[in-house]
Amino acid sequence: MTKMAEMIVGHALEDIQLRPVTRIDLIKYAGASGDFNPIHTIDEEAKKAGLPGIIAHGMWTMGNLAKLFTPYYEEGFIQDYSIRFRGMVFLGDVITLKAELKERVENRMSFEVQAINQEGGPVLKGKVVYPLYKPAVKQT
Amino acid sequence: MLKDLIGKASIKVKNTVERGAVKKFAEAIGDMHPIYIDEETGKRSRYQVNIAPPTYPRVFDYGHIDGLKLPNKGLIHGEEAYHYERPLLVGEDVYCYTKITDYYEKNGAHGEMGFLVLENNGEDRNGRTIFTSKSVVIITEAVRRLLKL
Repeated sequence: MTKMAEMIVGHALEDIQLRPVTRIDLIKYAGASGDFNPIHTIDEEAKKAGLPGIIAHGMWTMGNLAKLFTPYYEEGFIQDYSIRFRGMVFLGDVITLKAELKERVENRMSFEVQAINQEGGPVLKGKVVYPLYKPAVKQT
Repeated sequence: MLKDLIGKASIKVKNTVERGAVKKFAEAIGDMHPIYIDEETGKRSRYQVNIAPPTYPRVFDYGHIDGLKLPNKGLIHGEEAYHYERPLLVGEDVYCYTKITDYYEKNGAHGEMGFLVLENNGEDRNGRTIFTSKSVVIITEAVRRLLKL
């Protein structure tokens, strides 16, 4: 793993591809988060809401995406994490998580983050601001 | 009218960042990193204790705003933005409240939709902010009719 301090604009964190989304994933997230909106777990409720099937909690995907940054916990922290939910995630979808460094002002790193599905469609998009604790290695 | 509720806030609720709940949450988002769950890793880290994932505040109780009754169904989560002063520490108490900061209506593909902007806050025992989060919740025309908004 490269140090975040060594990253320059245009670099990306290593993508993570999730396993196909299962009902159990969403039941677990409902239990862990307390979000029991039934369109995320019960087929009939999703259909009643006009959906073809249950969809993942937007916050499930947003929660997953943050793990791109977890390994860097000694270098800095997520100060800002903002997301727009762009598309729905259905059972069986394969989601890929991405983060690209877009701007760096000394130790303040700004990443563009997104989650895309197997068709390449964005399901969420946003920004992470990740300040580093220590003075960074001088940029060349 | 939701517009009349702009500026209203809930009373602070004391929450604790519980070790077991953090583990369950980390598992649910597929991020079982030792910094969240392994005590030894927490001790050796710069925080000297385990931390919680950045979207963990979803778990907290923010209290109730008088007059705000939203259904469990029919809402669309449009946007979410967290701002942290520092990571959340496992074991600490967090005093949480929520506030309605805006409400507006727009014409969209699904008729006239309402946009409710909520700001959630988490403070330490001395009243210092640990995090704030902004949620934009979209209320569809069907739900607005149901709620007679």
